[in-house]
Amino acid sequence: MSEQESSSDERMSSEEEEQQQKEEGFSYWNLKDVERGQLPQHIRKQGTRVYCKPDAPTNTETLQYSGSYASMGVDNSLRLDSFRENFRIKVIALDKDKMEFDMIGIDAAVANAFRRILISEVPTMAIEKVFIANNTSVIQDEVLAHRLGLIPIKVDPRLFEYLSANDTPNEKNTIVLKLHARCNRGQPRCTVYSQELKWLPNGSEFAKESEKPDSKPSTYTSFSCGQDSLPEFAGNPISTVEDIIIAKLGPGQEIELEAHAVKGMGKTHAKWSPVGTAWYRMFPEVVLLEKIKGEDAEELIRKCPSGVFDIEDTGNGKKKAIVADSRACTLCRECIRGDEKWEKRVALHRVKDHFIFTIESTGALPPEVLFTEAVKILEAKCERVITELS
Amino acid sequence: MEHGSVRDPSSATFCFVDEDHTLASSVRFALNQDPRVSFCGYSIPHPSDAKVNIRVQTTGDPAREVLKDACQNLMVMCQHVRSTLDQAVDDYRSNHSDMDTK
Ligand code: SF4
Repeated sequence: MSEQESSSDERMSSEEEEQQQKEEGFSYWNLKDVERGQLPQHIRKQGTRVYCKPDAPTNTETLQYSGSYASMGVDNSLRLDSFRENFRIKVIALDKDKMEFDMIGIDAAVANAFRRILISEVPTMAIEKVFIANNTSVIQDEVLAHRLGLIPIKVDPRLFEYLSANDTPNEKNTIVLKLHARCNRGQPRCTVYSQELKWLPNGSEFAKESEKPDSKPSTYTSFSCGQDSLPEFAGNPISTVEDIIIAKLGPGQEIELEAHAVKGMGKTHAKWSPVGTAWYRMFPEVVLLEKIKGEDAEELIRKCPSGVFDIEDTGNGKKKAIVADSRACTLCRECIRGDEKWEKRVALHRVKDHFIFTIESTGALPPEVLFTEAVKILEAKCERVITELS
Repeated sequence: MEHGSVRDPSSATFCFVDEDHTLASSVRFALNQDPRVSFCGYSIPHPSDAKVNIRVQTTGDPAREVLKDACQNLMVMCQHVRSTLDQAVDDYRSNHSDMDTK
């Protein structure tokens, strides 16, 4: 860890100071290059970086406890105003279904909570019940129903309510989609795509078999009004993500069904998860511990598969290696493998409170909204605890 | 929900039902940052029970109040995260308005 050694030759510059120290007894805080109330550099570094060594990473833990550095007279407690000052978000890329952003100045516990909530607790709408009137395709009813369940529905789940066990399906908690596909005899085989699922804003069209022969025919849903008359959906019909293959039909085969989508959460079933995936990685930091010149520089560049290093001309034909793009580092540790000398030349770190967060939405909500929703859910959880304790 | 001793309110174990690492680890983080806390930790007694136990021991203040404050701090942090994100997204959009961001 030679990089952390601070210059020690300036420590005791004058005789008087030395004398004074002898009188007072030695104290770390009297050293000239130590800022009062600040941790020494190498300890600060251990607190903020994971060291990626060739065999294993070290310093992986985060020190959360407020008294972690009490023996050194440094307060490690979190002040909300310092959090506010230091916390930053920078959006790197954003489109309708994928977002990458840097989140800086937050603990892994909270970043991980956001990730977990995104995957399993942000609600969406997904097909839960499938009423199959006819299925002569080779794909079995239960497999077909499962495939339908996994198709993302492009609708804002916040407009709907949960359907609980003894609720009747109505326009506020259920979306009905219909699928009728047939491959006529004499035709080539055809493929059924997800866009053939048609939204039924007035609810189910299938009549329930009634016990009393003269009672009014009822269907599997009881909508009090058409969903298309609601302001949210007028001119904005509900559809599914397109181009997903549901089944393939041979000549003479037919599928006729109705699918009922309800609101749910990813922890019940992955079909309700609003993200393809959501993940983060800590920011990689690549440090050159010594000057790497000439042949060695070329070798270092060849070693790295991600193009982290680059060569800089230092004039008169000499070359030296520089870290051009540490963000591209995948921490494959290729650059410190092999000859022992490389370990001493290149240090790989991860910054513990700098997260590169990526969210891939399945299509129900744009990724930035999903993240906001996830944060709100964590807030609601805290709120619940507070009310229960009051 | 709270198991503590009657005589000493400064240490208690709280049981959160229907919660998991998501909340427990964040709350533990918030508690740890509070200088009044001398010890805190959480455990999930059994993986098939949706329960977590959070242990809080303080230097004197009632554990329940300290836990409440920790939740409050966490909420304030969340609000700040949200507003920062909105700001960052707006900044990104205004810098990339020539591209199709919708
Ligand atoms: S760890 Fe891998 S990607 Fe990162 S700098 Fe070294 S060789 Fe390149």
